[in-house]
Amino acid sequence: MSTNSATPTGRRFVRTTTDYASGIWSGVTLLATALILVILVIIVGNVAINGFGNLSWRFVSTIPEKDFFDVKSAAVLPMIIGTTIRVLVMTVFVIPIGVITAVYLTEYARSGSVYSRVIRAAINNLAGVPSIVFGLFGVGFFINFFGKNIDVLSGASSPEFGKPTVLWASLTLAVMTLPVVIVATEEALKAIAPGLREASLAMGATKLQTIIKIVVPNALPGILTGAILAISRAAGEVAPILFTGAAYFMADLPTHLSDQFMDLGYHVFVLSTQSPDIEKTRPILYATVLVLLLLTFSLNAFAIIARARMRRAMRAGH
Amino acid sequence: MGIHRGHKARPLEWIAEKFIFLVASSTIGLIFLIFVFVGREAWPVFTGDVNAAGIEDALPVSDLEKRTAVELFAYLRITKGDLEDKLARFGRELTKELKGLSPAELAEKLKIEPEEVRTKLANHCPADIEKAAAKVMKNVPGLKPVDLPAVRGLLALQLKDTMQLLMEIREESFKEKNKDFGQDKDAKLNSAEWRYLVGPYQWTGYSEPEYIWQPVGNIHKYNIVPLFIGSLKTTLIGLLFAVPLALGAAIYVSQLASPRVRELVKPGIELMSGIPSVVIGTFALIVMASFLQGLLGYETRLNSFVAGIALSFAVIPLIFSIAEDALTSVPRSYVQAALALGVSKWKTAWDIVLPAAMPGVFAAVVLGFGRAIGETMIVLMVCSAPVMGFNIFDSARSITTTIAAEMAEAVSGGHHYRILFMLGTLLFAVTFVTNLIGDVVINRLKNRVEGKK
Repeated sequence: MSTNSATPTGRRFVRTTTDYASGIWSGVTLLATALILVILVIIVGNVAINGFGNLSWRFVSTIPEKDFFDVKSAAVLPMIIGTTIRVLVMTVFVIPIGVITAVYLTEYARSGSVYSRVIRAAINNLAGVPSIVFGLFGVGFFINFFGKNIDVLSGASSPEFGKPTVLWASLTLAVMTLPVVIVATEEALKAIAPGLREASLAMGATKLQTIIKIVVPNALPGILTGAILAISRAAGEVAPILFTGAAYFMADLPTHLSDQFMDLGYHVFVLSTQSPDIEKTRPILYATVLVLLLLTFSLNAFAIIARARMRRAMRAGH
Repeated sequence: MGIHRGHKARPLEWIAEKFIFLVASSTIGLIFLIFVFVGREAWPVFTGDVNAAGIEDALPVSDLEKRTAVELFAYLRITKGDLEDKLARFGRELTKELKGLSPAELAEKLKIEPEEVRTKLANHCPADIEKAAAKVMKNVPGLKPVDLPAVRGLLALQLKDTMQLLMEIREESFKEKNKDFGQDKDAKLNSAEWRYLVGPYQWTGYSEPEYIWQPVGNIHKYNIVPLFIGSLKTTLIGLLFAVPLALGAAIYVSQLASPRVRELVKPGIELMSGIPSVVIGTFALIVMASFLQGLLGYETRLNSFVAGIALSFAVIPLIFSIAEDALTSVPRSYVQAALALGVSKWKTAWDIVLPAAMPGVFAAVVLGFGRAIGETMIVLMVCSAPVMGFNIFDSARSITTTIAAEMAEAVSGGHHYRILFMLGTLLFAVTFVTNLIGDVVINRLKNRVEGKK
């Protein structure tokens, strides 16, 4: 189907046939885009409309009684605290390792070298490992290998680290979110003008000094974005912590790294699949989902805006 | 490698740079660690050392002295590691006990006859007992070197008592189970063997050979075929829905939309990737399942079709953002050249930009597949009955779901536990190979596209 064609005289160009196909297909892609946005709006809208009415200050600020299915006394404070703790501990581990790896890849490794390609393949692979496999890894490595050996060495009579704990859940998540941090940091490091590095080197600073004093501080906003993305990804993940630390119910808040914890995402799962009366507990479910969604969405929105700014700055050439 | 150059005078920097190199290499190590430590728990299944029979024959307890230690360990399934663990624990307990005794009581306690402790068992593992005994000697101040044989003897006795207890438990359970379902022809069948894991078998009460996953009751049926079909079913439905939508949106946003629309739509879809999978699962479970049932009128409310659609919500943002990146990174000059020749915007996008961005689009689909097959919570919440079959409106149970749902009730180190880890290892292998193939193909396609330039 020709789009534009010249008249036989060749003097002027006129559109002789209307290009229906192009119009239709463009419309189809527009429809696809609209449909995705509609789905997004329906999911978020459904949760927001049903959740806001049931959300109260009491709900997010008290510790529930034994039966968290009771609509009157249900609350999510322990879950919010549990999720916060596991995410913070994860951040402590994942940020240094992720940043250092990204520094190696952008500053030291030659871009085409075999070794850096292997590391990149490993990172891509790590990003593609199913989250449940990380959970199994947490059990096999952290609990059954690390934890049990720590218990043996410390001579603990009952298992302290040889069981699910906050620490193991956080470390499992740290392994899972490592690619997120590496990729975001790399992007931030690449966005730094080469002139800045060259100026520093020209002043006589060594490569490491340049990296520590010039490159990394300038990339901090980007690194922060990576951290936020990792946190938001981890905050919503449930599969890796199912057997590495999340508890169905705990009367007390976790005080120790070797304690278990209650988790917001896991709690959503429990509420929606193990409720004795799903119709009756629906208000709590929606309120809990809304809390989780608000938490991850605000983190995500922040990261997306920060990243968009960074990209714009990069394109503008600083 | 650039690291070494010019650092002879700066040892600290040299060390720091080595450290950076080591940390970066640890990502490779992590992949190996995952393989090794998930595989380690599953290893006995691969070697056929797991016995999942409903009834295992029991030796009479009186055989404790007659059998060799190797036979007993094999019978009770005590590995070398278990034995070390056990003896280390006995050592710790003994240390605690001896520490609390007065010298007179201690002497009394250590008075045991050498003949009494010279069991076949103790003779089999002298090194392990020796190690545990040495630790006790070191930690209890009241002990003199002469007491070593007595300490060794106490540990050996403890080991023997434990073995005896284990044998009694085993005999007891054998008696009970044999009474209950000893007549079943499958009672002594080891269902963890590979031919039962992957092949059909005619279980008692079934009229024909079938593939069944049913790890409960007296006889555990561990056929993994239904789980693989379940995974494929939900994943393919998800991709069938997600790929056209995400690619369409990627083409529209990157090629056809005005900049202002793009600025609005892109973050919106990116935000979608921030929805936790439990939230999508809840939505599918509570809202979507009933809606789709009303719309299509099928029988089972929670089925693999609903799960697949829900899965696609998780995969769409991923496919979209990779494909959109790929389409955007096609040189502007291609587009400008096509438009200058009078080609319509759509034709430019379809015939010029899309082929040039093919490696990225392919990567998007492959990674979407990996994400969908590995997604756990959505399928777990929406459908989880292990029904074998290709009907998309039946329930299905995927590999990930099975692991998540059954791990908590599986006894650590038992056959169910090992088989779940085996499933995890297979899943990891599948995604690993997918990623690797994706990587290689993408590189090749990239070279080809660049070569065409």
